[in-house]
Amino acid sequence: MSRSPERLDAFPTHRIAGFGVRAGRPLPFGASRVPGGVNFSVYSAGATRMTLVLFRRGEDEPLAELDFPPEFVVGAVYSMTVFGLDAETVEYGYRADGPFDPDRGHRFDRRQVLLDPYATLVHGRDSWGGQRRPLRSGVALDDFDWEDDRQLRLPSEDLVIYEAHVRGFTRHPSSNVDQPGTFAGLVDKIPYLKSLGVNAIELMPVFEYDELDNERVDPNTGKPLHNYWGYSTIGFFAPKAGLAATGRLGMQADEFKNMVKQLHRAGIEVILDVVFNHTAEGNERGPTLSFRGLDNSVYYMLTPDGYYYNFSGTGNTLNCNHPIVRGFVLDCLRHWASQFHVDGFRFDLAAILARAPDGAPIPNPPLLESLAADPVLRDCKLIAEAWDAGGLYQVGSFPNYHRFSEWNGKFRDTVRRFVKGDAGVAGELATRLLGSPDLYRGRAPTASVNFVTAHDGFTLRDLVSYNGKHNEANGEGNRDGDNDNNSWNCGVEGDTDDKHVLALRDRQVRNLLLLLLTSHGIPMLVAGDEFGRTQRGNNNAYCQDNELSWVDWSLAETNAGLLRFTRAAIAFRRAHPALRRPWHLRGHQGDGLFPEVSWHGERAWTPDWSPGQRLLAALLYCHGPEGHDCVYLAANAHWDGRELELPALPDGMRWHLFADTAQPDGHDVHQPGEEPPIAGDRVRVEPRSTVVLVARQTESRSERE
Amino acid sequence: MSFNTKVHIDDGVVTIRLTGELDSRSAPTLNEVIVEATEKPVRRLVLLAEDLTYLSSAGLRCLVFAHQKLGRGVDIVLVGATPEVAETIRLTGFDRSLVMQDLAER
Repeated sequence: MSRSPERLDAFPTHRIAGFGVRAGRPLPFGASRVPGGVNFSVYSAGATRMTLVLFRRGEDEPLAELDFPPEFVVGAVYSMTVFGLDAETVEYGYRADGPFDPDRGHRFDRRQVLLDPYATLVHGRDSWGGQRRPLRSGVALDDFDWEDDRQLRLPSEDLVIYEAHVRGFTRHPSSNVDQPGTFAGLVDKIPYLKSLGVNAIELMPVFEYDELDNERVDPNTGKPLHNYWGYSTIGFFAPKAGLAATGRLGMQADEFKNMVKQLHRAGIEVILDVVFNHTAEGNERGPTLSFRGLDNSVYYMLTPDGYYYNFSGTGNTLNCNHPIVRGFVLDCLRHWASQFHVDGFRFDLAAILARAPDGAPIPNPPLLESLAADPVLRDCKLIAEAWDAGGLYQVGSFPNYHRFSEWNGKFRDTVRRFVKGDAGVAGELATRLLGSPDLYRGRAPTASVNFVTAHDGFTLRDLVSYNGKHNEANGEGNRDGDNDNNSWNCGVEGDTDDKHVLALRDRQVRNLLLLLLTSHGIPMLVAGDEFGRTQRGNNNAYCQDNELSWVDWSLAETNAGLLRFTRAAIAFRRAHPALRRPWHLRGHQGDGLFPEVSWHGERAWTPDWSPGQRLLAALLYCHGPEGHDCVYLAANAHWDGRELELPALPDGMRWHLFADTAQPDGHDVHQPGEEPPIAGDRVRVEPRSTVVLVARQTESRSERE
Repeated sequence: MSFNTKVHIDDGVVTIRLTGELDSRSAPTLNEVIVEATEKPVRRLVLLAEDLTYLSSAGLRCLVFAHQKLGRGVDIVLVGATPEVAETIRLTGFDRSLVMQDLAER
């Protein structure tokens, strides 16, 4: 007995190329499973003809090519439901026919099988560095067993972000995980992340990219270089297969989701570094992969004569404020927030997202407004890298709609310059310490994502070991990478066995960490900085898929003291609400012991803001449900030590020492809650060192006496 | 290799022997077998997997489906999975929702 279909829409109306099909649903874009088949929907305003090309999984020659009949086109959207397809084993792409007329922005090329911009899987680079197969779109299943997982929604002021590269984090042989360099490998390191105390991990690009699209070689070894970092997206809705141990099985989405679920169970949020400023298609000499062949003039910013504007420094610039592209970006982020439960996004070169189709900055960019107000993204952290390669610098002025935080490049520069010993920086450091109210007045201190290092630039260890960059291995004659590093090698460039130099470097690293972790705003650390990771002076390791950039876990033992110091500094931040204010200081004393912030010098209550000054001493205070919280910080970047008078505490309270970076390993930091009291009413701050004190109730009468 | 199942029910313990490839083509079959076998109360679901040669994403969904259908109080035991099948389950995190046993432990 034949069974009639239960639903009319599960019944084919046409046969094309041997497949039963019917007019599809224009929305959502992409390939989605529907009763009895798969619905394909793709947009192109300029195409004259569109063809769906189907492949059996793993085969290079098409299984079938299905032209969209005119009655399957609504507006500029081609959609078709194909019945009897196994979503798990089918791969697909599109051929778009249309004019090749670059002067008018059109670059259609029917010879190319294009990736679907909305593809939820991309096949062709199924394992890292493996066989190079044609890139094809695939269909991810979306019924992962999340159990009760949801976004964590941690308060922004409580975040400590840890920036990591999925592959680099566990690829080194010392990582000791079963599946090095993968999402599954990262899961094995969750206990470590918990013990470090960070509560958000910011992953460098995880959208599908082609690690093999770098043509340069290392001039020293002759080995091919990779596009290791992956700031060059080819599939915006697809987790990168080569970062998944199960990518060869097409299960990268499941592996990624499990990683998010396990991180959430450990109380750690997941923030994705997303790249919407450009794509992997490059300029007119680049490959036609997707957007260029579907609607070049819509997706890219073009000059009046049809060339590519290049505000990204990589050849092309995505036309983010075009209405179609706005929808694409929004759909993409909604996909990651709803399907993958991610907690936030960091937007690479986000100033480009504030540019109009002709490249001019716009004061009210519709894309950013849409993201800020989107209901699906409401609980997502949004973080802008508020500059671009076209010279638009918007730190403090990024159109934020009270939603976007910013990578605060001024924090980075100020802290580096102060610790290096530059004169005239103490005043600006005071402002940075308080969450940069000069930049973010009217917004919360959490508008400022504070960092001293990021993936881009020196590691923390290299910042105190090199005066200049050493990027020769990148094959560009050391011309790439930033020249403006505000770094200081402490007397010797690079490796040394000079004990004094090494001790000074150790101290400088701790000074930088303490300033980062005691400042208002959201601190961000880079993976491995907590135990002295080095890139041997390379400050642009985007192409170094090797031991130069991978996290070397043996350093966690070699530099156990630094790891202990970082853990303690993170725990100290968590223990002290005076360091994690959700609002800018209001400048009045209230009814507490002290003002919310007060500045000091050799004499208490008497700061010296003169230009040659290299000392900053602050008392941060708040009074909350858990009582008085007083943290005293004194940073001395001078080559002479100082004796500082401490602000007097009320009877029954006493200053205790949390950290003194001048002390040797093992004595430089104490566990929060176990800080020993200091004698007298003064504290010594040694040359180039930082002291952090906390006021506590004396525990007994004898101790008080 | 075609997919086959053999079901044995004894005092609330449902044992299903799996043979062949569990992928999107065979997954509906296993789902039906699970639905049928669990119409009466089940204390424990045992999947004998030593002859299961391949587990795809859709196959994994069958295990998730069984887990959700039976509820959290009922153990699902997967016995004798090949290293490859066991690893797939582990990497995607489903090992936390079932009991994996070696053949020797039976």
